[in-house]
Amino acid sequence: MTRDMVLRVVAKLLIPFILLFALYVQFHGDFGPGGGFQAGVILAAAMVFYAVIFGLDNARKVLPDRLVETMVAAGVLLYLGVGAAGLLLGGNFLDYFVLAADPVAGQHRGIFWIELGVAITVCGVMLKVFYLFAGRGPEEEQ
Amino acid sequence: METLIVNVLLTLMMLAVVVLARTRNLFSVIVLSGLYSFLMATVMVALDAVDVAMTEAAVGAGISTVLLLGALHLCRSEEAKPAHKPWLPLAVTASAGLLLVYGTWDLPAFSDPEAPIHKHVAPRYLEAGPSETGVPNVVTAVLASYRGFDTLGETTVVFTAGAGIVALLRRRRRKTADKEAP
Repeated sequence: MTRDMVLRVVAKLLIPFILLFALYVQFHGDFGPGGGFQAGVILAAAMVFYAVIFGLDNARKVLPDRLVETMVAAGVLLYLGVGAAGLLLGGNFLDYFVLAADPVAGQHRGIFWIELGVAITVCGVMLKVFYLFAGRGPEEEQ
Repeated sequence: METLIVNVLLTLMMLAVVVLARTRNLFSVIVLSGLYSFLMATVMVALDAVDVAMTEAAVGAGISTVLLLGALHLCRSEEAKPAHKPWLPLAVTASAGLLLVYGTWDLPAFSDPEAPIHKHVAPRYLEAGPSETGVPNVVTAVLASYRGFDTLGETTVVFTAGAGIVALLRRRRRKTADKEAP
C-alpha cells in the first residue's frame, strides 16, 4: 500500500487533523464530550493509520517501541502520582481539593493530569498491541 | 424521527450480523464487523452518547479491524466448513436471546426520569457537580473526580491488558532463535 499515491496524499492530509482532533478531545473534555480515553484511542488510531499507509518501520521511527512501552506505564504512574500528591499535600488519596489554594482550581488541576495519564496509557497500550500484532509475519514464524 | 433513525440503524446492524454469520470469506467478515461497529457508533450518536461513539468508532471500527486484518495475514482467508449441523447451538442462542428480551420487560422505559438510576446519586452530581468541580461536562466530573478511584482501576486494567499482551507476544532476542534454527 505504500506505493499508492492517492492513499499517501489522503493520509498526509488527514493525519494532522486527526491528531488535532485528538488534542481537542483531550483538552476540551471538561466542556464538551471526550476525555482521556477517547483522546488516547484517537491518537492511537491516527498512528495506526500512518503505519498502515507508510509502513510499520516508518511508524516505529515516529514512535519507537521503547517510547510506547514507557507510555504504557507512565500514564498509570502519572495517575497514581496525582493521587500521591493529594496525600502529600494533606488530603486523601486522589483528593483534588488540596492541589491548589482554590478548591475548584485544584479540581481542574487534578482532572487535567489524570485525564492526561489515562490518555497516555490508553494510547500506549493500543499502539503496543498493534505493533506486536502487525510485526508478526508468516515468513518470520518459520 | 430519532426512533426512526435508530430503528433503521438497528435493522442494518441485524442484516450485517446475518450476513456475517453466513459469510465464509474472512476478509469480508472483518470488513462487515467494522461496518457493524460504525453502525453501532452512529446509534450511540443518535442516543447522545458521543463519548461512547468516539470510542466505538476508533477502537471497534478502526484499531480492531486493523488488528484482525493483521491476524488474517497469518492464517487462511477461508473459514473451514463446519463439521456439524448448527441447530443445537442455534436453539441455545435463540432461547438465551429470548430470555434476555424477556428480562428487558422489567427495565424502566428508555430515558424515564423516574427510573431508579436517575433517583440515586445522579441528582446530587447534576446539582453540585458544576459548583464543586468547576467542570461543565458532568460526565468528565463524575469520571475523573467523583469516581476517580474507578477510573484509576480502569486505567490499571488497560495497563494490565497491555502488559499481558507484551508478555505473550513479544519476540525473544533474535540470537537465540537463530541458534535454534537448523
